[in-house]
Amino acid sequence: MTTSDASARVLRRDRSGGWIGGVAAGIARRFGIDVSLVRLAFVVATAAGGAGLAAYALGWLLIPSGDSAPARARIRTGRAAVEVALGTGLLLLAVLLTFRALGIWFSDAIVWPLVLIASGGALIWRQSMAGTTPAAGAPPARARSSPPAAAARPATESRPAAAASGPEAEGLRVAVALDRKTAVAEGRRAAVAISRTGLGIALVIAAGFVFLQATGALGAARDVLLAVVAAVVVLGVIFAPWIVRLVRSLTQERAERIRSQERAEVAAHLHDSVLQTLAMVQRRSEDPAEVASLARRQERELRAWLADRPAPGQAARLAAALEAAAEQVEESHGVPVEVVVVGDRDLDPAHEALVASAREAMTNAAKFGGGSPVDVYAESDGSRTQVFVRDRGPGFDPASVPEDRRGVRESIVGRMRRHGGRARVTSAPGAGTEVELSLEERR
Amino acid sequence: MSGPRVLIVDDHQLFRAGVRAELEPLLEIAGEASSVDEAVEAIEAHAPDVVLLDVHMPDGGGVEVIRRTAERTGTPPCFLALSVSDAAEDVIAVIRAGARGYVTKSISGEELADAVRRVNDGDAVFSPRLAGFVLDAFAGPAPQPESELDALTAREREVLQHIARGYMYKEIALRLDISPKTVEAHVSSVLRKLQLSSRHELTRWAAERGLDL
Repeated sequence: MTTSDASARVLRRDRSGGWIGGVAAGIARRFGIDVSLVRLAFVVATAAGGAGLAAYALGWLLIPSGDSAPARARIRTGRAAVEVALGTGLLLLAVLLTFRALGIWFSDAIVWPLVLIASGGALIWRQSMAGTTPAAGAPPARARSSPPAAAARPATESRPAAAASGPEAEGLRVAVALDRKTAVAEGRRAAVAISRTGLGIALVIAAGFVFLQATGALGAARDVLLAVVAAVVVLGVIFAPWIVRLVRSLTQERAERIRSQERAEVAAHLHDSVLQTLAMVQRRSEDPAEVASLARRQERELRAWLADRPAPGQAARLAAALEAAAEQVEESHGVPVEVVVVGDRDLDPAHEALVASAREAMTNAAKFGGGSPVDVYAESDGSRTQVFVRDRGPGFDPASVPEDRRGVRESIVGRMRRHGGRARVTSAPGAGTEVELSLEERR
Repeated sequence: MSGPRVLIVDDHQLFRAGVRAELEPLLEIAGEASSVDEAVEAIEAHAPDVVLLDVHMPDGGGVEVIRRTAERTGTPPCFLALSVSDAAEDVIAVIRAGARGYVTKSISGEELADAVRRVNDGDAVFSPRLAGFVLDAFAGPAPQPESELDALTAREREVLQHIARGYMYKEIALRLDISPKTVEAHVSSVLRKLQLSSRHELTRWAAERGLDL
């Protein structure tokens, strides 16, 4: 539903258009029927035993009055839905009483329990189904079956109940749509579900009571119930300490189990990684370069694990791919490569080429940078990605580039150009070298 | 020897010894401390100019040291955070608590001594990684443009990007055709924004660390 007609969907007493309290006018506006028809229904129901008067009074009490400003209506959709359901129920009650007064009636012992069971059962049923399927388009609230039909054919219990829950379900759907992203809404939805199921159960139980009462079997049932309740209370008092202790120990055991599982996971990881590396370091202690590279690799791996990042080489994201490239270069050339990434993005073929070019540039920096650390900085804002690879080596005069190095440079520049990007190499003797790669998203 | 007197705070004895050995030829070491309590006492007893502060220690770490020192009277020293952690929330938290800079433990002795001197002169020290975090935190539009503290100027972004790319302040000055003092001014201004900005990313980090900023 759209917000524009949301105000008409909320049941409000229409005092400006009403004669007494605006109940009839409000109901008429809500359901889009002629107000005089509603008034007639009230009058008839009143004449047929006073039920109309009672229903009107209840409506006056329960239905909030006044302006149905869209903003207010939207915020309070949940409550409004309940009010609509209440109003619908009252109207149904009035109709039922009318029929009863007119003599189109079976027996109090059958009709009332059936009506209660039908609505209660439908509520419970709908609620348990709502968990698996979204509320399907409920029939409009006006499609209301007549009470005798409902009484005679309990199998069609979904029809009056659907009528009652139709607007309610719509209200719920609106509320859900408005707040879907908030956890608050989740909690509220759960509360609504529980209170609805509870209401349904109460209705069904009430139906049982009404039936027993009407058939005169309530006295015996009450004695049995009393005995059962007394027994439950007595047993509860006796076993309460044990029950509490049991629940507590179960919770404790569960927490303990989770803790020990986590511990085992951490231990397993440390064993596979850090302890292994330490053993290797001890064995290779005469080779400082190897030890440094082992330590560096382990550090990288441990940091990725601590930060809950996927291990380099697994993820198809820019940052992870650059980290992986840096790790490979570091391992094969023994030069530290520092990677700083601002923003991140998914890898498409063009950005894979960017990463490959960056790896090439890192390899160059490691090879010709005179052993100085290599700094890699990448920045991506979604549409534009830039990568800078810099060493503090001797640098070179771009005018007098040796042939072999030019070849590698071509592979970087050429590759970037093929994928719609750009590469620039800045260098000067004594000032190190920087390769700048950039790629713009093509629209 | 003239120059700043340094207090080394770290709960790893091995690491303190390493830093001391590297810095001793370059700077005067005022003392060492291995816990939050010891650090607060040592700061009062030795009145160092610069405190090299470990971010991760039992009982609150570097943030707690800064907080408790600020509660006492007297001029507090400059704090330079030094840590193996490169988690953004740690870095941002200690800066927002009042540290003048953040360097990782892989820094060379000479660079560290340089950073200590710079902090002592009232300047800010950003490692490439910290620059990356700041750019990340200030990325995108500010939540409400009510305060100029919540956004970086184009020039500040440029300076930070160069730091993240591994350039020294002098090199940045040369490349951007400004004086080294201007680079310092930009970096100090970024540090001030980092400490005072109300950007929700920063506030969230601070809140997660139990900081009341």
